[in-house]
Amino acid sequence: MSATGIGAAVRRKEDFRFITGKGQYTDDVVRPGETRAVFVRSPHAHAKIAKIDASAAKTMPGVVAVLTGADLAGDKIGNLICGWMIHSKDGTPMKMAPHPALASGKVNHVGDAVAVVVAETLGQARDAAEKVKVDYEVLPAVVNPAKAKSGTQIHEIAPKNTIYEWSLGDAKATDAAFANAKHVTKLDIVNNRLAPIAMEPRAALAEYDAGTDQLTLWNTTQNPHVSRLVIAAFVGMAPEHKLRVIAPDVGGGFGSKIFIYPEEVVCLWAARKVRRPVKWTSDRMEAFLTDAHGRDHVTHAELALDANGKILAMRVKTIANLGAYMSTFSSSVPTYLYATLLSGQYDIPQIYCEVDAVYTNTVPVDAYRGAGRPEATFVVERLVEVAARELGLEPPELRKRNFVKSFPHQTPVIMAYDAGDYNASLKKAMEIGDVKGFNKRKRESARNGKLRGIGYSTYIEACGLAPSQAAGSLGAGVGLWESAEVRVNPTGSVEVLTGSHSHGQGHETTFAQLVSQRLGIPIDNVSIVHGDTDKVQFGMGTYGSRSGAVGMSAIVKALDKVEAKAKKVAAFMLEAAEGDIEFKDGKFTVAGTDKSAAFGDVALNAYIAHKFTGAELEPGLKETSFYDPTNFTFPAGCHICEVEIDRETGKTDIVNWTAVDDFGTVINPMIVEGQVHGGIAQGVGQALLEGVVYDANGQLVTGSLMDYTMPRAHDLPSFNLGFTETKAPSNPLGIKGCGEAGAIAAPAAVINAITDALGTEQIAMPATANAVWSALQRATPRAAA
Amino acid sequence: MYNFTFHRPTTVRQAAGLLARNPEAKLLAGGHSLLPVMKQRLANPPALVDLSLVEGMSGVELKGRSVVIGAMTRHADVANSKVLQEAMPGLAMVPGSIGDPQVRNRGTIGGSIANNDPNADYPAACLGLGATIVTNKRRIAADDFFTGMFSTALEEGEIIVKVMFPIAKKCAYEKFKHPASGFALVGVFVSKRGPDIRVAVTGAGSNGVFRVKSFEEALKKRFAAKSIEGMTIPATGMNTDIHASAEYRAHLVGVLARRALAKAAA
Repeated sequence: MSATGIGAAVRRKEDFRFITGKGQYTDDVVRPGETRAVFVRSPHAHAKIAKIDASAAKTMPGVVAVLTGADLAGDKIGNLICGWMIHSKDGTPMKMAPHPALASGKVNHVGDAVAVVVAETLGQARDAAEKVKVDYEVLPAVVNPAKAKSGTQIHEIAPKNTIYEWSLGDAKATDAAFANAKHVTKLDIVNNRLAPIAMEPRAALAEYDAGTDQLTLWNTTQNPHVSRLVIAAFVGMAPEHKLRVIAPDVGGGFGSKIFIYPEEVVCLWAARKVRRPVKWTSDRMEAFLTDAHGRDHVTHAELALDANGKILAMRVKTIANLGAYMSTFSSSVPTYLYATLLSGQYDIPQIYCEVDAVYTNTVPVDAYRGAGRPEATFVVERLVEVAARELGLEPPELRKRNFVKSFPHQTPVIMAYDAGDYNASLKKAMEIGDVKGFNKRKRESARNGKLRGIGYSTYIEACGLAPSQAAGSLGAGVGLWESAEVRVNPTGSVEVLTGSHSHGQGHETTFAQLVSQRLGIPIDNVSIVHGDTDKVQFGMGTYGSRSGAVGMSAIVKALDKVEAKAKKVAAFMLEAAEGDIEFKDGKFTVAGTDKSAAFGDVALNAYIAHKFTGAELEPGLKETSFYDPTNFTFPAGCHICEVEIDRETGKTDIVNWTAVDDFGTVINPMIVEGQVHGGIAQGVGQALLEGVVYDANGQLVTGSLMDYTMPRAHDLPSFNLGFTETKAPSNPLGIKGCGEAGAIAAPAAVINAITDALGTEQIAMPATANAVWSALQRATPRAAA
Repeated sequence: MYNFTFHRPTTVRQAAGLLARNPEAKLLAGGHSLLPVMKQRLANPPALVDLSLVEGMSGVELKGRSVVIGAMTRHADVANSKVLQEAMPGLAMVPGSIGDPQVRNRGTIGGSIANNDPNADYPAACLGLGATIVTNKRRIAADDFFTGMFSTALEEGEIIVKVMFPIAKKCAYEKFKHPASGFALVGVFVSKRGPDIRVAVTGAGSNGVFRVKSFEEALKKRFAAKSIEGMTIPATGMNTDIHASAEYRAHLVGVLARRALAKAAA
């Protein structure tokens, strides 16, 4: 391993500009003549718009324009779409309701955009926005997903507020397995609704060039090409080649910046209308009201086991809240990203899952770090833990009895696991976490008046989204390959244009590590270019822990082509047969001789083209690859959480955290550990602290960081991390992906630990101090040591 | 934020004059409560009178049997005051627990108690020590000062100049932090100064800071956690929200009072 190659903990190249304040985020981009947009938003969860009177607002100082949904419709700007088709059990397509970028006749959640004010300054836009008079006829709000079907109908297209009633698996065979079961474990689970809270709020800046009829959008997006495609082809803003989308530095996304939102559509439209650049930047409270939320499932789950603790079947019924409109990928999250993972790390003969997706008068819900897989893992790992307790087995023991042990393994829910060693990660985690010493630690805690509990989560996820054909057959409107172009300059430095997008992941470092090792050039001679549709070939962007497994695979394929071409050039230079050229450590040699040429010399010769004719070889050294994966990847591992609970206050402290993950090949262990740390923090946030709350009228109660509890450093212990490695067989580097694992594994580990300590399974997330204290009032701890 | 006029007087007299001429003006004494609501356009004062340039309004001094804290003394300066840490470390616990470093380095004691946020920490210390609030017009006993949620005995144009805390031999503050905001979900200040025993609670009551007479009575025998073992207060009148029910807050009052007493004894 070289100091900067694969496996080296190279310091992040991008951090210099970030930590010295030199990053360029969307809001940092300033265009000549720029105006500011402020949205007039609905204060009601559900209401008819009787009348909008913008006359007073239009006369306010500095106002350039006040635009409404009627103007949008008049200009024939199309609706936002959900790009993944799901069919109900009865074969009917999902009920996608119109989602105009500015409300048309009706508002469906608090924060729904009704009008936009464009003014010279932000202050003037705000002042004028207050003068836009909107008369509403308030309708009853639908808030609770479990009661959505009997609530006031929100969209004409969706009776009973039902988007789809979908299922996966064999219901009859599953029921039969349950009928033969010796033991059935049952759980009711609420997977709490979360707000994404990226550090950088969403922003959009749009500019129209009347001379070329060209629109440019700077936008906080994780996938600029997909954004351009949707805005061009579906919203109909402009032909695709007349729209440039630039995602400059983006400060965190966690999924929330995958989606195409009303604000960027309105900025583009308004910029063309007023012939001035239009900028909108969300503030934190606006973010709570408009960024797509995550999770929000209500589930009943059952696990059937035989007398030996062998799992026979699983049955799951979930109601998924998709909010007021179907966000870009919302339909896929509680279906193909959820039910397909219900087999966990276990050999389960039969699984049947039903998912009803419903509309409510809340912010749209879509993918958030893990997207479906945290929800699945929580169901599986809670069921298994509780089953073990009910059967009087140690939770690791029940897991071991049911682990998938041979590969490939076809689950009953589509996925075919290709590699893994679940015993190995469990064993290693139990060693690192000193499970043997737990009882002693529990006694010590008891002496201090504290309850101690231990909880496991042996999770699996599917990453490397995804073989395009498979995705298409499941309803995806796009392919999920990735692209890369490797441009070798005449001086031998390299630019990689990638369709992946970095919004905190460190691609500028990890991708450069791959290129540096492969071409034998210094890492500083490699630049990674991403996030601009005018620079980079079409790409699918970054989400679902796909950039290593899919994005880097595309780079590998392009590098293969670069090497092949460079060998041809070297053959002419060294006057040898192409087949005799070998390439190693940045040097081309003729086999069996001391003749060689450095990579840089070969690059130069490729461009000056003095050693070969155009008939023999095309000049230049630049290759492109579109890599389509042949399978998902299956990162897996074991997290063990130990908590201490203050009996008097109910406050839970996480006192020990062990995570052993199998991510396949690790490119940069420092960055991977950072991803694990951040993921665990978000998972702990879900388990202990976070939860979006709406009141009965659909007003957002947790509308600021004074009310919505984000995890802080003092809420977390130092993590004990370990790794096992089975290479992913489906991609050239053997990478599985690491970005979401922590968030997927953590909630179940925390709740399993808390319920172990409390001796009751009845605790909802977030397990606040009040909630734990209340549970303690109801329960008698089973093992008061 | 709407536009406003910004005044920076250098004497209390000037500040009072500005208030008299601008009845709707607000005093700025740190601003960590006022400025956020102004930014959200929920407050719209036409003028702010910033007290940060007024001479002689900050500092922690020992005067006889009292610690006197200037109204514009920042939380961090009170928490780190050597004078206070020697004279009455129990009081230093209060500003040290407020918010985060940014808040502690901007927010002031005068601003905190004038605002009388029902979850703020300082009101518990003032009531829990029987402090005297000194204004440009008069002296007000803490027992008379805090009149309800966000309301005080301060009259129009009245400016807090300093707060005098009688030194209690035994005192301590115990706080259960609101997990999101860092305010007191419940905070309890206990003190014993000769026969005067006080237990003051912030965060819990829907009407702001209050004293727990039943605990104070029980502590007369012996100022120790044991004296109020198992005691609690009724949940009626307690705040309830998504972070803590009234019952939980009432329960915490007892728990935190006992922990504060243990700290005071340490």
